[in-house]
Amino acid sequence: MSEVIATNQTILVVGGGISGLTAALEAAECGKQVILLEKAPSVGGRVSQLYKYFPKLCFPTCGLEIQYRRLKANKNVRLLTMAEVTGVTGEAGNFNVSVKVSPRYVNENCTACGECEKAVSTEFDDEFNYGMKKRKGAYLTSAMAYPQRYVIDPRIVAGDDGAKAKEACKYNAVDLEMQEQELSLNVGAVVWATGWKPYDAAKIQPYGYDRYDNVISNVEFERMLDPFGPTGGKIVRPSDGQAPKNIAFIQCAGSRDQNHLKHCSRICCMATLKQTTYIKEQLGDDCKSTVYYIDIRAIDRIDDFHRMVKADPNVTFVKSKVANITGGADDNVLLNGVDTEGYHRYRNEHDLVVLATGMESTVPAGVLPTGVEINEHNFIELDSDSGIYGAGCSSDALDVNRAAQNATAAALRAIQVVTRVAGQEG
Amino acid sequence: MSNPNQAMVEKYRSNFLKEVEANVEEGHWVKMCMQCGVCSGSCPLGPHWEHPPQEIFMMIRAGKREEVLGSSSMWMCTSCYNCIARCPRGLPITHIMHGLATYAKRLGLQPKTQPTAKFSQLFWSNLTKTGRVNELKLGLSLYFMNGFANGIKTALKMQDVGLGMYKTGRLNPLEILGGHSIKDTGGLQKMLKKAFEIEEAKIAEYKG
Repeated sequence: MSEVIATNQTILVVGGGISGLTAALEAAECGKQVILLEKAPSVGGRVSQLYKYFPKLCFPTCGLEIQYRRLKANKNVRLLTMAEVTGVTGEAGNFNVSVKVSPRYVNENCTACGECEKAVSTEFDDEFNYGMKKRKGAYLTSAMAYPQRYVIDPRIVAGDDGAKAKEACKYNAVDLEMQEQELSLNVGAVVWATGWKPYDAAKIQPYGYDRYDNVISNVEFERMLDPFGPTGGKIVRPSDGQAPKNIAFIQCAGSRDQNHLKHCSRICCMATLKQTTYIKEQLGDDCKSTVYYIDIRAIDRIDDFHRMVKADPNVTFVKSKVANITGGADDNVLLNGVDTEGYHRYRNEHDLVVLATGMESTVPAGVLPTGVEINEHNFIELDSDSGIYGAGCSSDALDVNRAAQNATAAALRAIQVVTRVAGQEG
Repeated sequence: MSNPNQAMVEKYRSNFLKEVEANVEEGHWVKMCMQCGVCSGSCPLGPHWEHPPQEIFMMIRAGKREEVLGSSSMWMCTSCYNCIARCPRGLPITHIMHGLATYAKRLGLQPKTQPTAKFSQLFWSNLTKTGRVNELKLGLSLYFMNGFANGIKTALKMQDVGLGMYKTGRLNPLEILGGHSIKDTGGLQKMLKKAFEIEEAKIAEYKG
């Protein structure tokens, strides 16, 4: 790997999702030097795993593609993938950041021809598809991976498959000798944009995510719609592969709950409303949707979307948080509860349940210096003097639109820090 | 101010909510309920309630004093704690239910034929007499709670259980003569009397 040059006039952006990309590009396009770190082999983050964005229902490929083009064209950004921050010390204008770069076992010669993937046979759970599908030990994280470069899974490096992959490569791109690297970067400001992960649905014991095949999470439902995804773009019941006829969505599954995430995750209401449109698009009148909710939080202008879905005769809204889920006949499940509009007790049968799980912040413990305040929801609080700024879902539960706005603001704060440093140094 | 206006102001004063907050154990939690319905759906006795907890909380906030305090609902609680375990807002629902029941009883508004209310009174009288529960007397008064004929019937039905308890030393027939007690029964009763006076003074203004 070529040398990474950083000075205290450099801005470090941690996380290459939509927020990190936005922050890095905004700063770089202002002429600042930026290092962008991404833990995964490809940038794009959670957005790349979505089928469509709300409220305009356009494909993320479009929005991300623009960011990738900006990234490719900009000389001021240095992108490091498979890189993870292990520690940050120092203060605004002078941070020392230690970074661990995991080996990809594939170098810059890779043309993404795919010969190594054909040559190997061992399969692993595909992280990009939340384990709903298998992938080979030599793989491209997704069709839209950036950089378009293969990865060799460390679990096959030492074995036969590793040798096979090396042999199959015509470009001398597979390098099984690659080692883990430790970097120490001196930077002026840090934008922390490590984003979120879906809340573990198995922790919501009464909903039986771990007991019933046909109880899935909203991120898994999203993957089903991807034509290259685990079901080839079809909405199916995991138990038998059949198209569902009566889907339930459970809102606030793990959010706004003292036993799980205390905060409102903000995106899940809109995600569910959006997903009802997928059902309409693919299954039409053959599938009904029922949304169980406490209150629908489709804020400001996106309430139009809520009204549009409400007008759909195939979508029913039940004002109630489901108390628990029990098993029914034919792998169907029964949703038990009492509704708030009339206090009617119900026991409704559905053939597929989508849990609208929330966002769990992935701000790590013990990595950021003590001056950085992390609140009870594990989001970074804004402190303009700290030199470390949370962006996107590291600062709050935000949708894509607001995450991009928030990241731009964080970039601007970081720019102010490095500009001040430049002024002092003359 | 016109009369309808004043009536409206009265309606939204939420006097009953304030009364509950002041007098019911854990009553200050009632306003925290966000009406999600998880408690009602999680209650094993739910289908037998007149009003599920969620509805009780809403009725308190809507000022339905007589309906709430005269309801049999909170007397149905078996303290399984399912609602507390699942409540997303952490409301101590079981405790609020018992608090409401106690308060209703203190005001004499509890449903007159509610067996739990009756039994609770029997238990309390039995316990406070000597400071110890007299199990023989408590059992008998429970049997005869609904009249003499009913009592004989229940006693005959339960005689094997009673015999078994006697044989294993869990039930002493001599208890009928007065039974065991704590050392200072008089002292206990004095304490209880004082506590009762304090509590009565506290709720005097709410007694109708």
